[in-house]
Formats: sequence, C-alpha cells, structure tokens
Amino acid sequence: MSASLHRREVVKALLEDRGGLLVVAGLGSAAWDCAAAGDHPLTFPLWGAMGSACMMGLGLALAQPKRRVLVVTGDGEMLMGLGSLATIGALRPENLAVVVLDNERYGETGMQKAHTGYGVDLAAVARACGFADARIIHKNIQVGSLRSSVHRGGGPLFFQVKVKAETPPLVLPPRDGAHLNRRFREALLG
Amino acid sequence: MPGKTSRARSAAAIDWPAAIHRVLKAQRVRQVSYVPDAGHKRLIDLCHADKHMAVVRLTTEEEGIGMAAGAWLGGERAVLLMQSSGVGNCVNAFTLAANCKFPLLMLITMRGEEGELNPWQIPMGQATPETLRLGGVRTFRLDRAADARATVGMAARLAFEGCAAVAVTISQRLIGIKSFREKR
Repeated sequence: MSASLHRREVVKALLEDRGGLLVVAGLGSAAWDCAAAGDHPLTFPLWGAMGSACMMGLGLALAQPKRRVLVVTGDGEMLMGLGSLATIGALRPENLAVVVLDNERYGETGMQKAHTGYGVDLAAVARACGFADARIIHKNIQVGSLRSSVHRGGGPLFFQVKVKAETPPLVLPPRDGAHLNRRFREALLG
Repeated sequence: MPGKTSRARSAAAIDWPAAIHRVLKAQRVRQVSYVPDAGHKRLIDLCHADKHMAVVRLTTEEEGIGMAAGAWLGGERAVLLMQSSGVGNCVNAFTLAANCKFPLLMLITMRGEEGELNPWQIPMGQATPETLRLGGVRTFRLDRAADARATVGMAARLAFEGCAAVAVTISQRLIGIKSFREKR
C-alpha cells in the first residue's frame, strides 16, 4: 500500500491546541515537522543522540506522571533505539505515547530505504514489548482518533504512521541545546 | 585463603553500596537506570527497595543517558549504573551533556583491570578512562570503600549543581574479581 499521509499535516493535527502536552522530537525530519507546527518551549527537538528520543520521553514521563508526554520521531531514529521499546514495555508508563513518522527512508541522508521498507513492523515490535496499544496508521480518517489517543489515551501507546516519502521545506528549531533545556524547564517548572 | 578473605571482609566492613545509596537519596535522585553488573548488585537491590526511586532496567547503557536528560527536563535527577564494558555504547549520546548541559551522573564498576580473568573484558576496560575523557566526562576513581560517600557525593554535586557529565569509576580491586567459579 503506498502511503497517502503527509507528515507535516499529521504533526500539525497532533500539536494543534496541545494543552499541557510535553513533546520530545527525534532528530531530523521529525524535529523539523514539530518546528513547522510552531516552535514551542515544551517541545524538545533533538539535533543528535540518534536513538535517544523514546528514552528522553520515558525519563520525562516518569518525572511528570500527571502530564501527557509525546515522542515524535522517524522510523530510522526509532530503529536505532529499538531496545528502548523493551525498556518502556517492561515499565508501562501510562502517560507516554510514541508516534513514528514512517516514510520507510533515511530522509536526511539521501532517502536511502530503511528496514521498514522491507516489512519490518515497528508496531508489532511495540505490541510484543507490552505497549497497551500499538498500531499502524495509514489513512487520513484515522488521524482524529490518533490525536485523541495521544492527548487522552492511557499508555504506553505506539503509532507507526505511514507517511509519503517527501521532503517538505526545512523549518529548523533553535539549535542551542542549553537554551532548549533551559526554556523547557522554565516553561514546565517555573 | 586468609589473603583472599581478608580483602572481602574489609570491603564488607564498610557497606559502600549502602553509602552510595544514602548519597543518592541525600541528592534527591529519583530515577535510577542500569544495565546490571555483579559489582552493582547490592546498590541495585537497595534502589529497587526504595519507594522514592523509579528504577529502570535498560537494554543498553546509552538508553540511560537519554532517560537522564528527560528526567532533568521534567525536574528530576537521575543516575546511571553500568559496568565499564558499557561505556563505549554511550559515546554518541554524550552530546546531550556536551550540547544541552544536561547533568549526567554515572557510576561505573570496572572490568579489565588488575586481576581480570576474562581477556575479552580488557579492551573496553582499559579504554574506559580515555573514552570518558574524550566524551567530555569528568571522572573520579573510587578505590577504597571508605571514600564512597565523599567521592560519590562530590561527583553528584558537580553533576547536578554544575550541570556536568560526571562519572565515578569503581575499581575492580574494590568490587572483587569475578572468579567464574561462583555457584548461584
């Protein structure tokens, strides 16, 4: 099945009227998608440490059990941190959701095909690791329920969103990591 | 026999894992992540028994660096326990400390030192101090049980008050040499 969803539209739908949602964005296109939806102090975009996005989300979710935490990342970044799905699955934090924007490519390095393009089913991995809900999202009609699960569902949740292999215009978040750290903590902790 | 047991007895006389656990509590560390090591067994047990600590089993050590960063964003302090064989797994993730000034406290039990009986542990064990230094991690060595409180206390203050990446390497002489004869 060829993907019909546009990554920017999916992320915009997830982050519109975001309330108290705390967001970690994996490096590369996922971080640009979150920036395109509107730079926000409670979004922490990664510029490196590939494979770390889910674990940052876990540390944040444990520290802030009353807030919803969303990790938005790409399939390549998720593949590098596949073990973190087992770590999260063993703990089952109810306030954590992971959305993988799966274009079946390494988009930042020349659109090389990724494992997900050869049938590797990340949602099945998450389900096997004990996530409360883990699904592949293909269609626009599913995005509304994806949004409500992310904002109101239990957890941990995992959504592998099949998106078109496209390269939308670059929208870059701030690059100064210390600034991103400080502004996030100020916005959350005062 | 006397030589072998006297070292074990003198280390046991000072319960250094308990001393470290007390330091972590005093420093308000709420998240503990680890890839297990025999040298960390007692500290891991103490942390699991502590209802004020969230204890997280990792599949690989670098997961703990991302987790510590997330904990800090959420207002909590974290510690990462591992053996030296895991240090090499962490190198790329050290950028979180270097670029973002996330505090990072790692307690690392050493392999590959004097007395090591498994040659496969030698390369990473011997490379550990340099790997940490090149990764921008301030490193303090713990050789004596009596120094556990002071050394880990200093490391924790430097990490959390100075927003620095800090490691304590716990010497193999202190934790004992894995004999491959133990029955469990």
